[in-house]
Amino acid sequence: MSLASELLQYLLSGLTMGGIYALVALGFVIIHNVTGIINFAQGEFVMLGAMFMVTLVKAGLPAPVALLLSILLVMIIVAVIEVGAIRSAKRASPVSLVILTIGLSTAIKGIALLVWGTHPYRLEPFTKGGPINIGGATIVPQSLWIIGTTVVVLAVTFFVFEYTYWGKALRACVVNKFAARLMGINPRKMSLIAFVFSAALSALAGIVIAPITYVTYDMGLMLGLKGFVAAVLGGLSSTPGAVFGGLALGVIESMGAGLISSGYKDGISFVLLLLVLFLKPGGIFGISGSKRV
Amino acid sequence: MKDLTKRKRLRHSLIIIFSAIILLLPFIITNNYYLSVLVIIGIHTIVVVGLCLLMGYAGQISLGHAAFYGLGAYTSGILTSTYNVSPWIAMLAGAVGTGAVAYIIGKPIFRLKEHYLALATLGLGLIVHVILMEEVELTGGPSGLTKSIPYLSIGKLVLNSDFKYYFLVWIVALLAIILANNVVHSRIGRALRSIHGSEFAAQSLGVDTGKHKLQVFALSAMYASIAGSLYAHYITFISPNPFGLMTSIQFVVMAVVGGLSSIWGPILGVSVITVLTEALKEVIPKIIPQAGGEYEIVVFGFILVMIMIFLPEGLTAGVVNLYERWRYRKERTDETSGN
Repeated sequence: MSLASELLQYLLSGLTMGGIYALVALGFVIIHNVTGIINFAQGEFVMLGAMFMVTLVKAGLPAPVALLLSILLVMIIVAVIEVGAIRSAKRASPVSLVILTIGLSTAIKGIALLVWGTHPYRLEPFTKGGPINIGGATIVPQSLWIIGTTVVVLAVTFFVFEYTYWGKALRACVVNKFAARLMGINPRKMSLIAFVFSAALSALAGIVIAPITYVTYDMGLMLGLKGFVAAVLGGLSSTPGAVFGGLALGVIESMGAGLISSGYKDGISFVLLLLVLFLKPGGIFGISGSKRV
Repeated sequence: MKDLTKRKRLRHSLIIIFSAIILLLPFIITNNYYLSVLVIIGIHTIVVVGLCLLMGYAGQISLGHAAFYGLGAYTSGILTSTYNVSPWIAMLAGAVGTGAVAYIIGKPIFRLKEHYLALATLGLGLIVHVILMEEVELTGGPSGLTKSIPYLSIGKLVLNSDFKYYFLVWIVALLAIILANNVVHSRIGRALRSIHGSEFAAQSLGVDTGKHKLQVFALSAMYASIAGSLYAHYITFISPNPFGLMTSIQFVVMAVVGGLSSIWGPILGVSVITVLTEALKEVIPKIIPQAGGEYEIVVFGFILVMIMIFLPEGLTAGVVNLYERWRYRKERTDETSGN
């Protein structure tokens, strides 16, 4: 394989993973923007989406129904968590809230372990067919599904935020929570919507990635952390930033794994995280500054 | 003023009583298994005391303390087994090196606010873990150091039993608690508490908040490193497994469960969690026969969530609050019955 086609190969697989990271990062950013919480349980929402999908497909449901049902289930679970745990601890300090979400993440992971066990599950790709050749590089059809889903979801998210009432209300909370409240926007309701919406994004990410990776109870940890790194790369409060951060992270990681060493793949993303925190704490695409406005 | 000296005296006598109990314990408990659990509690206490200083007084959370713990363990392990360096010098080298790493990581981070230290330490923890796994020539990779690590010895006395090691670990742990206590009640401690109240006000009064936070962060990393060295010489074998993200989270859980506002928090938190972990290892296989050791994480998660919701200041503060409420109620009933 020539260097050019090799690079193309890394680029394509990087964009595939990058799409997933972008979806997870978007979830982080939405919750952080509206509630100020960094939700360490985000990765578990991804895992739950994938697990439900595998289980429902196995139970004989047609894939599209299973997909919608899985997302709905995750949304319901997260709504219960928001009302039951996050809301009752709202007065706690930011440090306590971080710890609370770590606890939630551990509990969800533990329950998944009890329900599904430790062994990995497989999900059939959405469409059958062999690998596709593009300019010397090959990708599986599922990669196209992932990239396609990311694009569609981003378009929908953009539409929701720009043109719907709820989207505008969410943005109003980001700009000025107090003023939003004066205008009759209920911050409690907004927090619930933010959690549920971001859970749906993460669950979808889990479902589309399931066919190209094994589904295990602990898959959420790394995906969650990577999504988190992507969100930080993008500045932690900008939605386009999160998307670019996700894609950039996917490509850098894939290039690094291919050109340097695959064992250090995870190391590369976190070195990147440290570099960004040191050099450009506002994110690569954000405005440099030490505090979220 | 009189009240202050009284409280100080109370504090000192509590520490003395506690130390006496700790040092008498191994003469009462002769079971080796229980002793080894107590040694592990001592080692974890050293880490968590440092973490509590950071979390309770600098208001910052570290999700990478297992990395500092691991750096200490591996520095000791590699220097003593491969290079035949004296264990005590290796331990010192580990602590100084780890402190330096923390300082370098912390220096740019403490200019920032909010959760950035959590992020940076999380990243650092994962990087250290990847290095431990991948640098096979130096660390032995996933299967651990191939050469065995020597026991610690003081002069001719080789600390090769749980009984002897218990005293070393707990003396270090008590020193760590006393030092932390002094830090809390020193100028730096007062400065840190003022940061907790209002960082802005503290800064305007001339407190260099960043510098003090950084010092506490480096100190807590050194605590973790020394605990790691003690762990390495106790188990005499190390692999990357105990130094991953789960361990970092476990340390945070211990700190939070105990509570951050008191020097007794760490001991309480570590004891509760360690005993609980050991008990779960016994009990769970009897209820669910095919269960693996990982089931304890469910319980961990729930404890953390429950504590954050119902006792956000931890067990120590929770117990104190209950006591105060009880006393208040008693005083009131005394008053009404008196009238």
